[in-house]
Amino acid sequence: MTTYRFAVSVMPKEGILDPQGRAVEGSLGHLGLDGVRDVRVGRRVELSVEAPDEAAARGTVERLAGELLANSLIERWWVEMVGPVGAPA
Amino acid sequence: MVFPGSNCDRDALQAARLAGMDAQLLWHEDPDLRGSDLVILPGGFAYGDYLRAGALARFSPVMGAVHAHAERGGLVLGICNGFQVLTEAGLVPGALLRNASSRFEHRWVRLSVERRDTPFTQAVPAGVTLRLPIAHGEGCYFLPGPQLDELEARGGVLFRYAGPEGNPNGSARDVAGVINERGNVCGLMPHPERASEALLGSEDGMLLFRSLLESAAAVAAR
Amino acid sequence: MSLAEPPVQRGQPDSALHRVLGLTDHEFGEISARLGRQPNELELAMFSVMWSEHCSYKSSRPLLRTLPASGEGVVAGPGENAGVVRIGDGLAVAFKLESHNHPSAVEPYQGAATGVGGILRDIFTMGARPIAILDALKFGDPADARTRRLVRGVVRGVGGYGNCVGVPTVGGELVFHPSYGANPLVNVMAVGLLEERDLTRAAAPGPGNLAVLFGSTTGRDGIGGASVLASATFGEADCAKRPTVQVGDPFAEKLLIEASLELIGERLVEGLQDLGAAGITCAVAETADRAGTGMVVDLAAIPRREVGMAPFEVMISESQERMLAIVRPERLEAVLAICARWGLLAAVIGRVTDDGDVTVISRGGAGQEQAEPRELARIPARALTSDAILHAREARPPTHSRRAPAPGAAVLPHDGLPERGMDPGAVLVSLLGDPNLASRAWLTAQYDATVGSDTVEGNERAAAVIRVKGTRKALVMATDANARVGLLDPYLGALTAVVECARNVAVTGARPLGVTNCLNFGDPERAEEYWRLQEAVRGLGDACRALGLPVTGGNVSLYNESPEGAIAPTTQIGIVGLLEDVEWRVGPAFRAEGDLVALLGDTVPGLAGSIYAEHAGSVPDDRPPGVDLAREAALLAFLPEAASRGLLRSAQDVSGGGLAVALAECAMWGDLGAHLQVSVGSAPAAELFGEGPGRVVVSVNPTCWTDLQALALRHDLPLRSLGTVGGHRLRIKLTGEGATGAAEDRGSGVADEVDEALAVLRHAWQSGLPRALGESG
Repeated sequence: MTTYRFAVSVMPKEGILDPQGRAVEGSLGHLGLDGVRDVRVGRRVELSVEAPDEAAARGTVERLAGELLANSLIERWWVEMVGPVGAPA
Repeated sequence: MVFPGSNCDRDALQAARLAGMDAQLLWHEDPDLRGSDLVILPGGFAYGDYLRAGALARFSPVMGAVHAHAERGGLVLGICNGFQVLTEAGLVPGALLRNASSRFEHRWVRLSVERRDTPFTQAVPAGVTLRLPIAHGEGCYFLPGPQLDELEARGGVLFRYAGPEGNPNGSARDVAGVINERGNVCGLMPHPERASEALLGSEDGMLLFRSLLESAAAVAAR
Repeated sequence: MSLAEPPVQRGQPDSALHRVLGLTDHEFGEISARLGRQPNELELAMFSVMWSEHCSYKSSRPLLRTLPASGEGVVAGPGENAGVVRIGDGLAVAFKLESHNHPSAVEPYQGAATGVGGILRDIFTMGARPIAILDALKFGDPADARTRRLVRGVVRGVGGYGNCVGVPTVGGELVFHPSYGANPLVNVMAVGLLEERDLTRAAAPGPGNLAVLFGSTTGRDGIGGASVLASATFGEADCAKRPTVQVGDPFAEKLLIEASLELIGERLVEGLQDLGAAGITCAVAETADRAGTGMVVDLAAIPRREVGMAPFEVMISESQERMLAIVRPERLEAVLAICARWGLLAAVIGRVTDDGDVTVISRGGAGQEQAEPRELARIPARALTSDAILHAREARPPTHSRRAPAPGAAVLPHDGLPERGMDPGAVLVSLLGDPNLASRAWLTAQYDATVGSDTVEGNERAAAVIRVKGTRKALVMATDANARVGLLDPYLGALTAVVECARNVAVTGARPLGVTNCLNFGDPERAEEYWRLQEAVRGLGDACRALGLPVTGGNVSLYNESPEGAIAPTTQIGIVGLLEDVEWRVGPAFRAEGDLVALLGDTVPGLAGSIYAEHAGSVPDDRPPGVDLAREAALLAFLPEAASRGLLRSAQDVSGGGLAVALAECAMWGDLGAHLQVSVGSAPAAELFGEGPGRVVVSVNPTCWTDLQALALRHDLPLRSLGTVGGHRLRIKLTGEGATGAAEDRGSGVADEVDEALAVLRHAWQSGLPRALGESG
């Protein structure tokens, strides 16, 4: 078994209202910043998974992402591997 | 002070007036504080609490004037969302995190008053605990250990959750409210303005408003 | 997740467009008749949403017309966005109940959140500042994972929206019943306060006036949500690109509330309408129809969130937090300035005309402003609204139903749990722990109930008390339903809900002012289900007429069924009452040792539909308890008078769990026990746990007892002393035939008293709900 570290990024789907993004965008003027627009706010979850190989680990993370970390109805998500792979347990 | 999304501005206005203060609402885009002695940042969801509670409000145009007012020794009281704005603005130390229960909590709590030598608490009789309501999702006070020790050592903790009601949100060392080093800026999570009439369940919140009225009057008299 | 299957034919590429949109051939014919020609695609889309059940009430309107709507003090009634009743001092109260059932089944958080948002808009669009929210939530089996997910999502959604917008959530209901498993109900009631002179109607008078859309941008939210709920497919469109879930933004709503009230306060709008189901189409059609005018809408002027939106998408989008203001041209600048100050987008999207039509034009996109406007649709406004199709549905009663005994009928003798005798104390503890009767604190702690600094009594009480600043008055509000009885007899279910809700308001000492309602039923195209709807409306009407209460408005939610079955007929009632002096208010808690405890009213036969019956499995007297409307009316007259004279120390309505549970609640609230005696004729279960209406438990200072008796006599109300308040245990000694002795002779034993420590009762009551949901307290 090896330890793999993944990051799951979750963002609102296209066309879904993103109140957070809109509020942040509205506040940029107060900071005197110009030329910044189309702000969308999401979240990122990092986690370590123990699995026999990368494909299995990724499979676990994808299942977690789709069923728990993201609301598939209104959010989209993607998985990337991050950080060093741990030594075999 | 009314930010877009503030909810408790009129409640605070009403309580301040009930205490005998000459109070008015300020808009977050106002250029100055109209000669106020005391600025209250009320509860609510300024900017929807989006991104982080208080994070966007601290950049509102009027905050410059609030900073200057605090520099000059003017009084600033931050209630709930107002407390969050003060921490984001660096006017009091610490940060308010998500409640330990991860849920919005609305309940009555009891506060012990740690110091009575401040403009916010001088009218509170000795030994009295305050019964106030809380209503928040991010009220868990946090400071790294060493800084928390420093804060306590210099008398920066003004209110703590006490009594059988206990700590509703997991705040470090039961901290419910803090005061800055200079003693003119205070933030607390519970709502004194909602405990301003017996009809509403408690009048204890009035003690804070009366303290502020007394000390502002004393300053004006000098 | 299962949803009601709407009458749509899917997967048949050669289906006529109107069928794909949910319209029948007959309806298509009616549309063509009203237009004098066949509709184009845009017009068809507009009709499909406006003629959906949700928007047009096509199955229910003929029934709703039978309800009593007028009354003294009613300033706005059915047909308006909310009911408004005068309360004196130049003030009025606006209130309404609305459902958001299907969206909450799909996405519980957003469904509940946007449900709150929608009903709030109905209130402040009238010029009233929202002051309270009550949520009536119904779910299936609490042990079920699907139910738990829905409960968590819905509660967080109601709290997330209500708390952020700054309106206290002060009451509601939480009911678990298997029939709601696949079809949860989320009915939200909102109450607002206004100065009568600020009352604003949703009409578009004055041809030449401008239609100003302000608030959020228009996206593809809820496209087809009104008529076809899940994925609607128009032509070859890709479902993934058309999210039907509406996402709410409570921050935007808060800004909308402040801006709208400011516009109204400054007298800058001729009319104001909030956008809900069917979006711009509905807002434009309704305001024009109400004023007898028309409106022309320029698509290009509508601010959008996305590019490439088709005309029909813009016209029927259900993007949230948008309002339509009718503005005189000379006031436009001031209106735009106020919107800008609150950070809200605002745009002139059309003009009021005098031709009675809703006309959609497009002046083209950027750079084409000079081009000739193209007319894309023209429909008489009334064809979309007041002259929308009506369906005469067939009603047929089911082959069996349970009839309640007539008022005054005798209670049948039985012991309740005949196979093992009954320990009434154990039964009481068990009932208090039932998630339908247990404390809702786990849930209500997630709601801000005190924002606004007006809440005198909030959640957990049967009715909330909100004081009216600047006066001595207070508003009292409650929401109730009785689906268990409704399942057996829909007429009786509605009747029971109305009288119970009115009683809950009256026990505080308030006088009920008016009724709002939400009728939640299954598929009206099934004759038996339509019969149930018809019966419920009949019961609602009869009860309101008998109690002298106007029905000022409400909502209908149909098609709440799935392959698992239809929901129990659920007539949700909301009532607002007035306490002339907040100091007269009466609470449920026992207050002082030595006070007398008494029962107003009589035990009514019948245990069917009670929570006790559910626990017992089956009951010997399986009739649902009947309602004595004259008795209920007498209580509604007696209670405010007794309160105003200070004769009551406490009052609590007897409903779920019966007399024993009501007594336990009074004791727990007051942290004071009682020593009581109850005569249990030959049916102890009916006396202690029966949910027959028409009863109130009161406690009285002994010095007031004689006066109270005289008052009760004058109102022809039975008043029976039960004992006194004292100690920290609830002791109810049973006397009479039903107690031990006589019962033992019949072969089954009934313990002859309830003797439980308050701590034991409280533990069961406080842990009941978290335990049922698998949550930590």
